[in-house]
Amino acid sequence: MAETVIYAMYDDDDVLKDGAKKLVAKGVKISEVFSPFPIHGIDPIIGIKNTRLGIMAFIYGLTGTVLATYGMRFFMISDWPMNIGGKPNGSYLDNMLAFVPITFEFTVLCAAHGMAITYLLRNKTLPGLPAQNPDPRTTDDKFVMEIRLSENTKFDAAELETMLKETGIIELDQKELK
Amino acid sequence: MEFSISKKAKTVTTALMGVGLLFTAIGIFTSISDHHFATRLLVNGLVNSFFFFALGLGALFFLALQYATETGWYASVKRIIEAVAGFLPYGMGILALTLLTITFLDGAHIYSWMDPEMTNPASHHYDEIIDGKSAYLNKPFFWIRTILYMAVYFIFLRGFRMRSLEEDRIGGTELHFKNYRKGAIFLVFFAVFSSTSSWDWLMSIDVHWFSTLFGWYTFAGMWCSTMVVLVLLTLYLKSLGYLPKVNDSHIHDLGKWTFATSFLWSYLWFSQFMLIWYANIPEETTYYLMRIENFKFIYFAMFLINFSFPMLILMSRDAKRNAGILSFVGLIILTGHWFDVYVMVAAGSMGAGAKLGILELGIAVLFVGFFIRVILVNLTKSPLTPVNHPFLDESIHHEI
Repeated sequence: MAETVIYAMYDDDDVLKDGAKKLVAKGVKISEVFSPFPIHGIDPIIGIKNTRLGIMAFIYGLTGTVLATYGMRFFMISDWPMNIGGKPNGSYLDNMLAFVPITFEFTVLCAAHGMAITYLLRNKTLPGLPAQNPDPRTTDDKFVMEIRLSENTKFDAAELETMLKETGIIELDQKELK
Repeated sequence: MEFSISKKAKTVTTALMGVGLLFTAIGIFTSISDHHFATRLLVNGLVNSFFFFALGLGALFFLALQYATETGWYASVKRIIEAVAGFLPYGMGILALTLLTITFLDGAHIYSWMDPEMTNPASHHYDEIIDGKSAYLNKPFFWIRTILYMAVYFIFLRGFRMRSLEEDRIGGTELHFKNYRKGAIFLVFFAVFSSTSSWDWLMSIDVHWFSTLFGWYTFAGMWCSTMVVLVLLTLYLKSLGYLPKVNDSHIHDLGKWTFATSFLWSYLWFSQFMLIWYANIPEETTYYLMRIENFKFIYFAMFLINFSFPMLILMSRDAKRNAGILSFVGLIILTGHWFDVYVMVAAGSMGAGAKLGILELGIAVLFVGFFIRVILVNLTKSPLTPVNHPFLDESIHHEI
């Protein structure tokens, strides 16, 4: 289904933020904002939910803890018991202290890598994937607001454009997405 | 907005001090004839005077850190930090009094290196290791250092407070940059003194033993306890309707500090413990052997609580913005850190003879009451929000 999308470009993040506030107050649904840097406080204005990346980080970390514990128990206790510095590895619990630093490191490793990969996958920005932003200038010094007509059935394109022009945009573009 | 102490707070702090005194008196009467009573009393004095002194010192350090890093968000809670730091002179007085009593009693079995018998080769108590350390650990040098630490802390505290009140009157950035420089200089002093003073006051109790991590460990415990006190005080003032400009984000930031410093403390506790466990050298393991033999439950329970409570409960963002959860965790780990100091002092000096009874409770409650009262009185002495702090606007719009 073809969809009409309006891209409004700003050259200042504060102007965009104020504009977004006014538009949202009028009942316009803004689907996305593209910016070279995180705009502080834009998420609640355009109604983006809080990220759940933190919860995933906890789960990845827990996975790391479990894997490290299980792995070291297998390597050092069950499969090939080792005696290091006069501390024979008969049981995991008695030697638990020695395994804590590695468990910690592996927890951090899993949490960090898990988060980074999840972030790239979720945003479809893995290396080599086509760019998601509508205009290359949003990676430099411009800010683009995206409004989809299908999400704003109350308004037609002309009405939206008039409202957008009142908010201090510098460029307006309309595209048909397949 | 000016703060005035509510009737309830006055009654509660007076009651705490009264109950504390009563319990202390009962404790003294029931155990005065015990063997080593003087040591027990002085151990209590040292534990509490150090713990509460450290809360004030932690606040002074935190204030200097904010100045030196030119932090913005803290401006609207600055007076709370200053109020807690304002306990420092009282804490120093009580600590100095305790140390002075111990010195006159030749160590009172707490600082055994103060006992002249230990360094006298003719005596049968002669201890070669202590004699070897006597160039550093002797009464005159100990007092020179103690007075130096306290004088430096006091001078910086007075300067920060004076300039803070002056800033309210005249404003401008000149005082701000002066604070910035003084804050940085204080941190340099503090970096050295926080380590050496913990060796002098706490590590020298276990005089045969040493650990290079000890200073950091004590410092981390102190910092964490201070952050808890700051959070609790902010929440208390918020609940009374003061500090309208302090929002959830400030509470969240203080909560983050509590969370982070708990980790710092646990990390250092574990580093010290694991290295000594791993190397397994008799001179080093004695410290832990004494604690595990006589204080096994307190010692490990204290560690697990101080580590796992903040870790599991304060991890989420919502928890750090919830007054109930913050106060609950805060009170528990504050108690945990008190026990940390208690074991540091009592295990090395009294060992198996250490007791935890009505006397300990009484003195601790007495100190809590006095500490809260002094802080509340400090709060009344200046507007609760600084008037002309250059970062006040940033702090008011703080949002994370």
